[in-house]
Order: sequence, then structure tokens, then C-alpha cells
Amino acid sequence: MTHDNEHGADSGVTKIFGALKSFGAPRLIIIGFLVILWILALTIKIPMPALFSDTLIRLGMNAVLTLAMLPSITGGTSLFFGLPLGIICGLLGGVMSIEMNLRGFTAFFGAIAMSLPLAVLVGLGYGWLMNRVKGSEMTVGTYIGFAFVSLMSFGWVTLPFHNPEMAWAIGKGVRVTVSLEGRFSGILNNFLSVTIAGVKIPTGALMFLTLMCLLVWLFYRTQLGHAMRFAGMNPKFAEASGINVNRMRILGIVISTILGAIGILVYAQGFGFLQLYNAPMYMGFIAAAGILIGGASLKSARISHVILGTFLFHGILVVALPVANTVATLGSLAEISRAIVSNGIILYALAQKGGES
Amino acid sequence: MAKGESCILKMQGITKDYFGTRVLKGIDLELKPGEIHGIVGENGAGKSTLMNILFGMPVIHSTGGYGGAIEVKGNPVSIGSPFDAMKLGIGMVHQEFMLIPGFSITENIKLNRELTKSTLFSKIFGPRLESLDIEAMGNDAKKALKSLDLGIDEWSKVAGLPVGHMQFIEIAREIDKSNIKVLVFDEPTAVLAESEAENLLKAVRKLAGEGVAILFITHRLHEIMAVCDRITVLRDGGMVTCVERTRTSMPELARLMVGRQLDEAVRIHPDTSAKPLALRIRNFSVDMPGETAKKIDLDVHEGEILGIGGLAGQGKIGIANGVMGLYPAKGEVSFFGKPLPLNNPKGAILEGLAFLSEDRRGVGLLLDMSIEMNIVSSAMVIQGKFLKKYGFFTQVDKAGVRRHALETIKNLDIRCKGPDQSVRRLSGGNQQKVCVAKALALDPKFLFVSEPTRGIDVGAKKLVLDTLVDLRDKLGLTIVMTSSELAELRTICDRIAIVNDGKIVGILAPNADDTDFGLMMAGDYDAR
Amino acid sequence: MSESVKSKNRGLSLGTRKFLTNNVVTILFVLVGLGGLKVSGLSIPFFLDDIINRVARNGFMVLALIIPVLAGLGLNFAVVLGAMAGQTAIIMATHWGFGGIGGILLCVVLSFPFAYVMGLLTGKLLNKTRGKEMITTLILGFFANGIYQLVYLILIGTIIPMNNEVLVLSSGVGLRTTIDLTDGLKFGLDNVVKIPLTLFSVLAGAAAAAGAVIQYLVRRRRPLGGKARLNWMVAGLVFGIASMVWGVYQMLNQSMFSFLRVPAVTFAVIVLLCWFIHYFTKTKLGQDMRTVGQDSHVADVAGIATDKIRVTAMIMSTVLAAWGQIIFLQNMGTFSTYGSHENVGMFAIASLLIGGASVAKATISQALIGTVLFHTMFIVSPLAGRVLFGDAQLGEFFRSFVAYGIIGLSLALHSWKKRMQGKLK
Repeated sequence: MTHDNEHGADSGVTKIFGALKSFGAPRLIIIGFLVILWILALTIKIPMPALFSDTLIRLGMNAVLTLAMLPSITGGTSLFFGLPLGIICGLLGGVMSIEMNLRGFTAFFGAIAMSLPLAVLVGLGYGWLMNRVKGSEMTVGTYIGFAFVSLMSFGWVTLPFHNPEMAWAIGKGVRVTVSLEGRFSGILNNFLSVTIAGVKIPTGALMFLTLMCLLVWLFYRTQLGHAMRFAGMNPKFAEASGINVNRMRILGIVISTILGAIGILVYAQGFGFLQLYNAPMYMGFIAAAGILIGGASLKSARISHVILGTFLFHGILVVALPVANTVATLGSLAEISRAIVSNGIILYALAQKGGES
Repeated sequence: MAKGESCILKMQGITKDYFGTRVLKGIDLELKPGEIHGIVGENGAGKSTLMNILFGMPVIHSTGGYGGAIEVKGNPVSIGSPFDAMKLGIGMVHQEFMLIPGFSITENIKLNRELTKSTLFSKIFGPRLESLDIEAMGNDAKKALKSLDLGIDEWSKVAGLPVGHMQFIEIAREIDKSNIKVLVFDEPTAVLAESEAENLLKAVRKLAGEGVAILFITHRLHEIMAVCDRITVLRDGGMVTCVERTRTSMPELARLMVGRQLDEAVRIHPDTSAKPLALRIRNFSVDMPGETAKKIDLDVHEGEILGIGGLAGQGKIGIANGVMGLYPAKGEVSFFGKPLPLNNPKGAILEGLAFLSEDRRGVGLLLDMSIEMNIVSSAMVIQGKFLKKYGFFTQVDKAGVRRHALETIKNLDIRCKGPDQSVRRLSGGNQQKVCVAKALALDPKFLFVSEPTRGIDVGAKKLVLDTLVDLRDKLGLTIVMTSSELAELRTICDRIAIVNDGKIVGILAPNADDTDFGLMMAGDYDAR
Repeated sequence: MSESVKSKNRGLSLGTRKFLTNNVVTILFVLVGLGGLKVSGLSIPFFLDDIINRVARNGFMVLALIIPVLAGLGLNFAVVLGAMAGQTAIIMATHWGFGGIGGILLCVVLSFPFAYVMGLLTGKLLNKTRGKEMITTLILGFFANGIYQLVYLILIGTIIPMNNEVLVLSSGVGLRTTIDLTDGLKFGLDNVVKIPLTLFSVLAGAAAAAGAVIQYLVRRRRPLGGKARLNWMVAGLVFGIASMVWGVYQMLNQSMFSFLRVPAVTFAVIVLLCWFIHYFTKTKLGQDMRTVGQDSHVADVAGIATDKIRVTAMIMSTVLAAWGQIIFLQNMGTFSTYGSHENVGMFAIASLLIGGASVAKATISQALIGTVLFHTMFIVSPLAGRVLFGDAQLGEFFRSFVAYGIIGLSLALHSWKKRMQGKLK
């Protein structure tokens, strides 16, 4: 929410330069890259409508996970590399919903409802820890996330889930990927979905995303939301204004954890599977890269960064794959470019002034 | 005065400009071998700038260098870096210790001047891989410590040593540099207990006896009188005088250090001593790093402007920060007769206290937020103002915020492009006004103001001070203003409390004698 | 060393208590390791054989982490980059058909420029991300992995010409996912000389005992206190003699142990590295690094080129990591082109931390002890998992949980402690 105030009412040229500068070089490069990919796709006659649909679907699937970065950054705990914790809460909700044999919207919202109390608890604990490791949130968060994922691998094997849909044919535990077919696969994507000029629009998913963004936006306009934002922006200022900074940091993390839990369920309905065990491990980096590409820094972020970043990042991945496959059959290019782009942008953000101290 | 040829160091007509402002206005300094030369002056008198020039610090050369000439042993020199200074035999004992606690005393004394010996390895891979000659290093360290009469094991770790010893290790390091000719002590006794300070002065005399010329910077006048041969007094970047110690006295030095023409007549305010007590502080201690306040007793009457003055680091800043709950404090504070909860910023604000922090940009403002959000920030999150309520749910009242901001901007005359401009782009004076506006949005009864004119250009300073007087006259606010600039305290305050070593030494009227102010600030009032 | 100096004048109980609290992690893992060993029912000779192998192949990499800790850069997750440099050299040597000790030496030479450049770039990056070094090296590892895959999966065969049916995928683009070193570099270093464990034990014991005595006599005037110095000498002597006695006893008894063989040269290389690090900390460069690591501001004021020192530390660590990976892979004999380097940093760091090191302090003995303990856990946990839970997989999950958890915990504790100290000041 900071940038729009900065471009004052200078003269036109400086205004444009200022805007470009605050927009940042990496963003311009990525937009340029995306444009080139689209032109390439056009010239090699990849069906455009399909690409558009895919981009929209990916946006709907990933944006809530990216949104989970926002409260943490604005609350003052930097990038939320503890995202796997929230994701696991969401996955637990999803698995429980299948175990209870729910279907359709009941299954989806039931999963969310069941994951919420877990996410709040986990977020509180994680937030408590983060207040003790100020200045090393990202490093500690990453490894706490990793450790939690491997601990939960333990859990996936031993927790008493019995629904045969999820169990291994032999042996104990839940499968690595659990199909959501007949549960809540595509429940948002297909809701009120329309096809315009060959482009299938995942109306439900986009509506849900809008709803989430709206809720977050409304939250930031409340008294509490302002207090949290002040605390994240300048802890000393907040302390002097009588705001309990540590509590605000925890609040940001709890909201992030909740959004992570909801985010993975939205992702799963689009993907069609719940991915358990090691799958959540690196999702935090993907989401972090999303919001950074959108223009956020380690200390400030806004909702528009979430949407723009998710669109750009996942847009590139969607277009890169078919383009690469047509140019030369290079199967892993999408994966590789994802690794390079996502980690590259995080490194770029780290090399900027400020952030973790 | 001594003739030039016998001088080891001679600085002549030294000037320095920072961004068009002249901070040093032609300083002359001569130093003979074995002489102890004192430099005294208030904060901002130019002592540290002068030393930065002597040491060729980057901060000098990145801002356009300096004017004037420096001679060492009669040869003109140009000191471009601290390394040059070191080569010329000029050393400094830093105010903050440049020691590594995890290292032994020897390693600290020999920091980056380690003795090495060649090995087979280093012959192949270069001198960087020569191994340390631990034994020789230890012997050197032992020698340096011995010359200071310091009987500690040269291999013990620095961590855990008493502060006094740490200072001596710094000195030992300088002595160990074989060519040391000039040694600068920058506020060396500031962190020392009295007995430790005695030892230090003894060591200083001993060094001088061995022919090292010493520049002794301090604000403790009795130490100056105890060790120095000659004394240079600086004030506002200018050189006031250079006198022999035997021809001056502490009161005179104090007067020379402080004395200045007041910009305008001291305002005479109605006597408020009959008014009820607004703030009553008893036995009040604040643990603020670098600004510790110890057992303060202070009364502030309703409707008065009380000044708190003193040198930097003496604890004056700690009082306001302690009452506002920003740093751990203990003692009794009552506010209009009601006990004030301590260590509770929210409680203090809700009681009707407001605070303009000395760290305006760090604590006072959200630099990247708009003016209007800065103004309403505290009032909104603490008092619940500027909000629309929907049951449990609240939303910011954007229209109300804008209305209030526009009104305040007009009243305080904040120069800006509009209420949505970010505060970072404002000038210092206007930023300070935004801080005032933020405090006023809380509708306070009482205002703490710390260093209100720090970093604000001269023209705007007066505006800020006038604003404070207006607040008292028009809104009936009680104000406690803390400032390092005695002149501005004397311009607007009704009474001025001087803090030294964490305690209030005395309370003076704004038109009291310069000598009294000077001695109180130097902590030598009782010694008079 | 410092512990023993500190406690020299205090009562034994206090000293013991201090020892326990300072080494709680290590002690815990000793217990876990012993417990796991018992539960898994492994025979001691079998276990010893495995652990000797694992220490030989992993020790070097763990030691490569010490220098950045010394320079205040924390745990260097970017040893992964060094590992990539090592693998690059191995791929080149394998492609050109080199093998044996000559091939290994070639790899050592070939990997150097790659590792040097990577270390240089990492160091420069870290100078831009001061205060965020660890998260930077961590992310840098992931980033470099992307670049690595780009090079070997896509550029090989398209931009970099490479004709090798064994190494390159049938499509002509990209390397195969596993590379077999059996006919080339496998055991290139290990097999130079392999001696029986018993003989090794006698020789090592003799060396330790002699070393302890010589050290005591020659370095008479070290700053270390007399009593502590004596303790070290006695400890070395006792260990050495015990090791010799055990070796001779097993030799005479012709027990299971006497059939175990030790890759003597590999161990010699590790010992050499230990000696080098030990020597290095007492050189001018090493002292500068320690100074920078303790307080870079003071180092700056003292005229030490802090940034340059930090870069040097990263280069050294990266080069050592490259060589460490070469040692690792020649022992494994086969490697997964796109996976072998991935966990290298994490396992090495976990080892170091289990040995009792922290973000700010790491010693050679911590590295070695940690390697033994971590790999003990590695060996026993799947077996213990099967015995305890009827599922070996659970043991593996436990293993990775411990590796991640110990890193997370240790980072958290360090940051916590630092904050507490900051508050006290």
C-alpha cells in the first residue's frame, strides 16, 4: 500500500521514470519474457484459447497460496517460509473430509472448516517461535517447515484414516496422492464456468479468489488491521504508539497459516489430487516467488502484488511448456525455469536493502 | 605559546563544510611532544569533526574534504585515510571499544598487526598463510601492558574484564604501535568508574612523560584541570580560545563552553509554580541503553514548559522514554494526582500523555505512509478514533481521516502536496509538524518533546519552537522538552533541569548564569 | 579447548554440568545412536564397516563447512554449488574416459576453476545480503540447482556438443539420470591402499599417542594453561594406546574385525584437511577471518578488508566442497546426475550441528564426531523403524525429520540466544 503515495504529482516524464523504477527491473524482464513467450506461442500456432484458460485456471489455483505471504510480510515476519505448516493443516482438513465421506461443496467447505482450528493452533505456535528468532525468521521458518513436513510423513502413515479411497493397496497409511474425483475435484473451477471465444473461465475459482482478497482487504481497513500493518512497517513506531508488536506478528502469521490451509484446498480442487508427504516442502518458495514477482519486497506487499505476481509467474509456466515442447522436446524446461525464476527472484529480493537483519 | 618548530602536530585554519553549512570555522591547534592538550566543548561544538579530519576518515573525504593545513613535525602532510594517520604516528583510543570480546588480550592488542613467521606452506601459497608468531605477540602485549602498570595475564580473554581494563587494552594497542607520537583520547572516562578514571589519568600522565603528545577530549572539566597543560575551547564550530591551564579556572571554562548570544530575548512566562502538579516523578530510574536515568525526582506544573538539558549520553533522553513506557523503568510517577502505570505505552497514551520522539524518522513516523495516515495512526489504533463500527467489525473512516488531516495541515501549516503524500519526502521541519499533528490527534493533556529541532534547518527551528509555545498558550498543554541545545531550551522554557550522569543536578531559570549551566552540564557544579 | 580452560579452576561437578549443558545435542544423539544400534540388532563389525565407509566419504564435506563459520558467514548451505562443481569435473573425466587415482587427481584439478568461480560469485552475493547469509546460501542452492539442470538436461546436446552414448540420453539431449563410475573413477581414491582395520587401528593409535606427546613437548609455550595442556596430552595418549591394544588384540584373535578394510588414503586426505584447517586458523589469513567473524565492524576499523575476507572464505569452502563431493562419489561408484548434490548441504550441516557446532562456532572435532553420529543414525534408523514400527519407511521419515529438525532447532536456538544476549547488553 506504500507505492501509490510515492509517485506524487511530479511532471510526466519523471513520473513515468519513477513508476518504472518502483516497478523494478526483474518485473520488467519477466513481463518482457512473458510477452515474448506469447508471441512465440502465436507464431508456432499453439491454440490461444487453451493457453488463456490454463493461465486463468492456474491463477485461481495458486493465488490464494500466494496471498498467504501477504499477512506475514505486512505483519513484520517477512516471507512466510513456514507455509508448508498451513498447507499441511489444509491437507489434513481435506483428508478428514474424505474420511467423513463428504462430497461436493460440503466436502470442500467442510475441509476448510476442519482445517481452520488446526491452522490457528499451528499458526499460534509458529508465531510464538518466530517472536523468539527475530531476524532469522526466514531461515528458521524454512527448516521448521521442512521438519514439519517430514514429521507429518510419519503422521500420514500412522494416523487412523481408513477410507479405502486413500489407503495403499498394501501396507499402512495414506497414499502419496489422493484423488479427489467424486469429492471436490474442480468444484470451484467448474462452478458457473462459462466458455467465451473458446476460453474456459473458471468462474467459481476466480470468485472465491476475489472473496478471499476482499476479506483480506477489509481486514486491513479495520482497527486491528491497521495496527498490524503499522507494527510490520515500523516496530519501534508501533511500540511507541502502544501497539503490542509481538502479538501483531503472531496475528499476521496466523492469518497466513489459515490462508495457506485454504490455499492448498483451492489448489487441490483444481489439480484434482491431494498431494501428501513431501509435496508441500517447496511450495513456500513458489508462493514467495509469486508475490515478489508481483512487486512485493521482504517488508512491504499489497494485494495487487499477489494477483499480478501469480498471474505473471504461473502465466510463464503455462506458456513455457507447450512452447518449449514445440521448439524442441525439452520436457523438463517448465520445471527448470520454475526453479530458476522462483529462486532467482527470491535472491534478488534478498540482495535489496532491508529485510531480515 | 610554543614555537612551530618544536611542535609535533600543527593544525592551522581548519575549516569544514557539510552540504553548504560550515561546521568548523578555522580551528588552530598546536601540540608539543609530551604535552597533554585538552579540548572541551558542548555536543556539536566540532570536536569529533576535527578528529575525523585528523584521522582522514572517509566521512570527511566523501563530503568534499576540509580547508586549512596540517603539519606533522614541521612537514605539511595530507591525511587521506586512517591508515595515513597511523603511518604518521597518530593513534586514537575510541570512545566505544574496538575490542573483540572472544579474543585474548594479546590478539586484541595485535589486531591486524599480528606478527607472523614464514613456513613451508607460506612459501608456496604466499605471505597471507604465514603462521602467527604467538610467542612474540604475547611478549609485545606483555610489554605494552607493563608500560601501563597493568598486571593482567596477556592471554586472558577480553570478555568479562572490567570496563576499565578494556580501556587500558585499547591504550596498550596504541602504545604497541612502535611509532606512536600523538594519541587522542575521545571521552575516555565516560564509561569508567571514578577510581578507574583516576588510573586512566595516571596512565595518561605517564605516557606524556615518555614524550607522547596527548589530545584529551572530555566534557569533565575537573579532569581537564587535573591533567592538561593547555586547553582549547570550541563552541559552535569556532575556536573560542586556547589557554594555559594555570591561567584559567573551571567556572571560566564552563562559561566559555556554553556562553553565546541568545537569538532573542528570553521570554518571561507567568509563574506556574502555584498551579497543580501535572506530573510528579519520584525515585524514577530508566534503563535506556546509553541514556540511563537514575533515581530522578521531578515535578512539572500544569501549563508550564519544562526544559531538560544536559550533554549527550547523560540520561536526559531516558526520562521521557521511561515515562512513556518505551524503556524499562521503575519508580513512582503520578499524573494529575493519579498513579501512572509504568512500562505500558498504551496506558500512558490513554491517560493523556503524548510523546514526540527524539528519533523522529525511526520511532516517530511511518516514512512510507501518507501524511494523513501518520496523523491519525496512534489515535486510531489506540483510542479507536476515525473508525466506523459495524458490531465487532470496524472500518477506517476515510472521509473523517481526510477531513481531520486537511484541517491539521492548515492549522500547523504543514507544507506538502496533499494529505496523501508520503512522509519520507517531507522536509525535517514538516516531518516534525506531522509528529506534532499525530500527538495532537490523541487530544493529550501533556506532551513530551525530545530533541524537536534535531536535523532541522535553522529557519525551520524557530517555527517548531513557536508551535510548541502556541500549543501551551492556546491548548493549555503542559510540555516537557528535552534538548541538547541549551540555547533553544532557554528560548522557550520556564525552567530548565540539567541532567548529568543520569541524575538531575539542578533546575535553573532560563536567564541564569552561563557559568552555572556550564558547570552543571559538565558535572562539576558541586566542585565549584 | 576453551571449555577446559574455563573450567580448570572450578569444581568438577560444575565443570561436568557445564560439559553436559554445552553438549546436550551431541549427548542426546550418542544415546539415540546407541539405542538404535541395540534395537536394530546390527552386528558390530557390520556396523563398523558401514560407518567407516560413510565417514570416509562424508567427512571431507562436513569439514568444508568450518571455514565459513569461522568467518561469521554461518552455515554454508551453498556447499551444494561446490558439489555441482565436483560433479561437473567427474562428468568431464568420465566422458574423457579417465579412471583410477589419475582420474581422481584430474577431477580435483578440473573442479577447481568451477568451484573457484562459484565461490567468488557466492561471496560477492553474500556481501550484498549481509545479515541474511544463511537464507541466501539456502536459496542460492536451489537456484543453482535450476541452472545445473538447465546445463545438463537441456544445453548438453543442444548448445554444448557431447557425443557419448553412455552418458547422454538416447534423444541426444541431456545427460542420463544416473551415471555409473564402475569402470572409471569408482574407488579411485579408496583403493589406492586399503589396510586391515586392525592394522589401521594400531597405526592410528600410535600416531595419536606420538602426536599427543610431541605436541606437549614442542608447543611448550602455548597460551593454553598448563593443566589443560596436560589433560589433552593424557587424553591423546590414552586413546592412542587403547586403540593400539585393541588392534593388536583383534589381530591376534583373528576376529570378524580383522577382515574389515579401511581406505587408508581417503582417511589420510581427511586427516590432511583437518591439519590444514588447524594450521589455517593460526595463520594471518585465518586470524583475519576469525576477526571478521567475531565483529566485522571492529575488523573494518582495524583495516581488514572485510568483504574480501568473506569472499575468500566462500571460495575456500566451495573448493573444498567440490573435492568433498569427488571423494563422496568415487566411493559411491554411481551417482544420480540430478540428485546427488541436492541433499549434500543439508546432510553435512546436520552432521556438523549434531557434533555440537553452532552457527557461530564449529571445530574439527565437532565435524568428525557429528559425522559419525549422524551416519550412525542413518544406518540404524530404517532398521530400528522396521523393528519398532514394522516399517522401514518410518525410520527413513524419522531420519529426515531429525536432519531438518536439528537444523531448524539449532538455527532457532542460536537466534534466540543472540537476542537474549542483545537484551542483556
